[in-house]
Amino acid sequence: MERFGLSQPVPRREDPRLLRGEGCFIDDRTPPGALHAVVLRAPFAHARIASLDAAPARSAPGVRAVYTGADLAAAGVAEVACTAAPPETQWSGIREGDRFRERRQPALVADRVRFVGECVAFVVAETRRQALDASERIEVDYDPLPAVTACDEAPHGPPVWDDAADNVSFRWEIGDAAATSSAFAAAHRIVRRRIVNNRAQLCPLETRGTIAEYHAHTNRWTLHVPTQMPHGVRRQLAQVFGVGEERFRVLVEDVGGGFGGKNSLYPEQILCAVAARDLGRSVKWVADRSEAFLGDNHGRDLVSHAELALDAEHRVLALRMRNFANLGAYTASRGATPPTLGPLMAANTYRIPALHVDVAACFTHTVPTDPYRGAGRPEGLYVVERLMDAAARETGLDPVEFRRRNLIPPDAFPYRSPTGLLYDPCEFAQVIESAFERADAAGFPARRAEAKAQGRLRGLGIANYVERCGGGAGLSERSDLLVDPDGAVTLLIGSMSNGQGHETAYSQILYERLGLPFEKIRIVQGDTDRVASGTGTGGSWSLPMGGGAVVHAVDRLVETAKPIAADSLEAAVEDVEFRDGAFRVAGTDLAISFADTAARAAAEGRVRSDGAPGLEAVAVFEPGNYTFPYGTHLCEVEVDPETGAVRIAAYTAVHDFGQVLNPLLLAGQVHGGLAQGLGQALLERTAYDGEGQLLSASFMDYCIPRADDLPDFGFEPWITPSPGNPLDIKGCGEAGAAGSPPAAINAVLDALASAGVHDFDMPATPERVWRALRAARIASGD
Amino acid sequence: MIRLLTYRLNGRERTDAVPDNVLLLDHLRETVGLTGTKTGCDGGECGACTVLVDGAPVLSCLTLSATVAGRSVETVESLAEGGRLAFIQEGFHRKLGSQCGYCTPGLIMASEALLRQDPDPSEDAIREALGSNICRCTGYVKIIEAVRWAAESSAARSGSPAEPAR
Ligand code: FES
Ligand code: FES
Repeated sequence: MERFGLSQPVPRREDPRLLRGEGCFIDDRTPPGALHAVVLRAPFAHARIASLDAAPARSAPGVRAVYTGADLAAAGVAEVACTAAPPETQWSGIREGDRFRERRQPALVADRVRFVGECVAFVVAETRRQALDASERIEVDYDPLPAVTACDEAPHGPPVWDDAADNVSFRWEIGDAAATSSAFAAAHRIVRRRIVNNRAQLCPLETRGTIAEYHAHTNRWTLHVPTQMPHGVRRQLAQVFGVGEERFRVLVEDVGGGFGGKNSLYPEQILCAVAARDLGRSVKWVADRSEAFLGDNHGRDLVSHAELALDAEHRVLALRMRNFANLGAYTASRGATPPTLGPLMAANTYRIPALHVDVAACFTHTVPTDPYRGAGRPEGLYVVERLMDAAARETGLDPVEFRRRNLIPPDAFPYRSPTGLLYDPCEFAQVIESAFERADAAGFPARRAEAKAQGRLRGLGIANYVERCGGGAGLSERSDLLVDPDGAVTLLIGSMSNGQGHETAYSQILYERLGLPFEKIRIVQGDTDRVASGTGTGGSWSLPMGGGAVVHAVDRLVETAKPIAADSLEAAVEDVEFRDGAFRVAGTDLAISFADTAARAAAEGRVRSDGAPGLEAVAVFEPGNYTFPYGTHLCEVEVDPETGAVRIAAYTAVHDFGQVLNPLLLAGQVHGGLAQGLGQALLERTAYDGEGQLLSASFMDYCIPRADDLPDFGFEPWITPSPGNPLDIKGCGEAGAAGSPPAAINAVLDALASAGVHDFDMPATPERVWRALRAARIASGD
Repeated sequence: MIRLLTYRLNGRERTDAVPDNVLLLDHLRETVGLTGTKTGCDGGECGACTVLVDGAPVLSCLTLSATVAGRSVETVESLAEGGRLAFIQEGFHRKLGSQCGYCTPGLIMASEALLRQDPDPSEDAIREALGSNICRCTGYVKIIEAVRWAAESSAARSGSPAEPAR
């Protein structure tokens, strides 16, 4: 049982195909006779389209169709709706008197472009080269208009939407404004910072793409899309086309990374579907890298004016934040989520009696923003962890001591946060202790002294972290188990792996619970015709929720099969138990294997809902509450004051993710999150010029971490079972990306403090660090 | 102009009619149909397209097909022998060197080239050798473990760390 069961480091079932080059990503297939499509994109951040002449492209060699915004509007193709409005709860909601101004993104713009890279025309031809050549013949006259790209300048900038002149999509608040104000009025000390969370480009290594097919005889589409949410994409397609969801089959094979960037429906998917229907041929579009930079939704991008009120004993009385969140030019499918999810976590691991966050979600002339690994939670945690360090510095307390004083105490659990979350028991203090030991924090002063002797500045940064994830709030996942007469089991599941290793994880659960070898287990995901429903993959919920659904389905399957086994064993159903892959009569050695039971069921004429002989079981799992993983990150950096270069000298993260299903997969998720968070903290700068041109639109200009930029990661799980699901696990996908930016920047600030730098915004690129050091030198008159 | 191109691909000599301006990456993927080699960027920035030419790692997206005339090209598809993964693939399997798998063929070929040249590379040497390859999923730690595993296993198998890692 052990080798492939739960908590074992089982190598992945996905690997053989991926390691041999036999994976099937979107660009690895081209259906025979497929047409190829190319998008003409806006060269201006803000401009009126004075005229557009597509005729020269239409007559170009090989061209089968050219679409413009006017064509789409005439065809009745709707814009993409926002799927999640800002949440209204007992603790939060749109500010009184305000409302949500949703601005939906069309697949092609007709009269005015609002960000560089926006889709202006779609050209379909026999070859990609022909489509590209033709797209260059489209004549567009633009009248450029002034643009605004920074979210806190948006309210005074040129309007993105004329009917939202202040560029605000919605004002939303959470917490108790009155209690917070009075706490501030009574404060002994107030610590203030303006904290910027830099805009991030997600950059899954496989760019987005789509192959659309239309089947005229059934009036149905098949869309091949590398997405995290096949059923979500189907639902959105139905909305845009104004037809039933059953008209679409969304098929997903290997997905080359997602991180939130492959959640939503994108314009090009709609365009491929339109063209496939009109032309009766398969239509393929795959983004090149520069299109991915220009056209993929971005993440983060938040400016927070944050304040902490302290009493004389350096205890936090209240937290107040005024946030400007950058939505980009439209409200993306899930664009309202990050700005409202972040403040929910703003109290983090601390007892903060009063809290109020006021959010202005702003339109700018930039690519829309959507969830990126953590979807707002990393942004919220970043603010509070930066503030904690600032407060420690201003009170003269050690940052760890300051945090310890303010932790939610063990006797407070289950703890209701001021934002309305109900935290499971968390062992915050022990985890800090464990991280300190693992990182040899006691030896840090000696390491700092040694660095100093060599002319380098060494810093130690800490960040605590707790998040809500893993489903909850009405989300659910469904799992179907289909048993063949030979005992082979097929799992149909609505989550969608994009690198996490779900085939392996679900197989482990079935191995453990049904005693089946892997070769008798098939996992089906990413086919909306076969999988009845699906929430998809995001929010670290696939295994807490999907895994729970599988466990429940197994229980049902066992109950369904038990009477058949009992019959064959000539025993009473109550006397039969399922153990180690067989039904057994308790207290005897009478047994019938799972496979023999399945064969018997088929022989008795049992038929599954798909018409095949055999057994089946279905379960839906809806967790009552979220899971609350938490942890402590410690980052040690060394700064070369001559060049501003920052090197991560050591990194430690201790995390409670509940029970560990597979330590290999878990480490993979944590490491990947750390790398993305450290990239955002140290290297990745999304830059726009004054006219709204995206300057960071290649891997040369947008620097994501490479092997020689990152350290070894010291990650250790701290295990307390999660009460929220049958596997006792907590979501793990987003943790690394949430804890690492504040740990890294706190470390950089700790290193720079002796040189007089007391505030600094990500990313800590050599140039920015060097400038900060120089400014401090000049200010001190050195 | 279209010319006949004769070269070795994954150990077998072959001749293809290839236009002068076709990149090796496109030739492999589209004409030969070996789609293991990936496109990750618009040219020279990500390493997803790494193949070996005469044993050295080369970015096939920056290489004209014509330049491999008379030379030996190896792609990720060549590594496994029959049902057996090569050491470097086995290392990626055991250590979780791959997540989404998109960067993986390029990283495997870059690692393979490193191990042939330095059968016992240090962590720093591995980080440097893989510096042209972007992986957005793994954070690289597990990839480095994978390369170390392959180095150690092939040394143990051959009894001599100087043997190539196959
Ligand atoms: S595809 Fe060749 S380096 Fe990116
Ligand atoms: S495994 Fe996804 S990019 Fe490396």
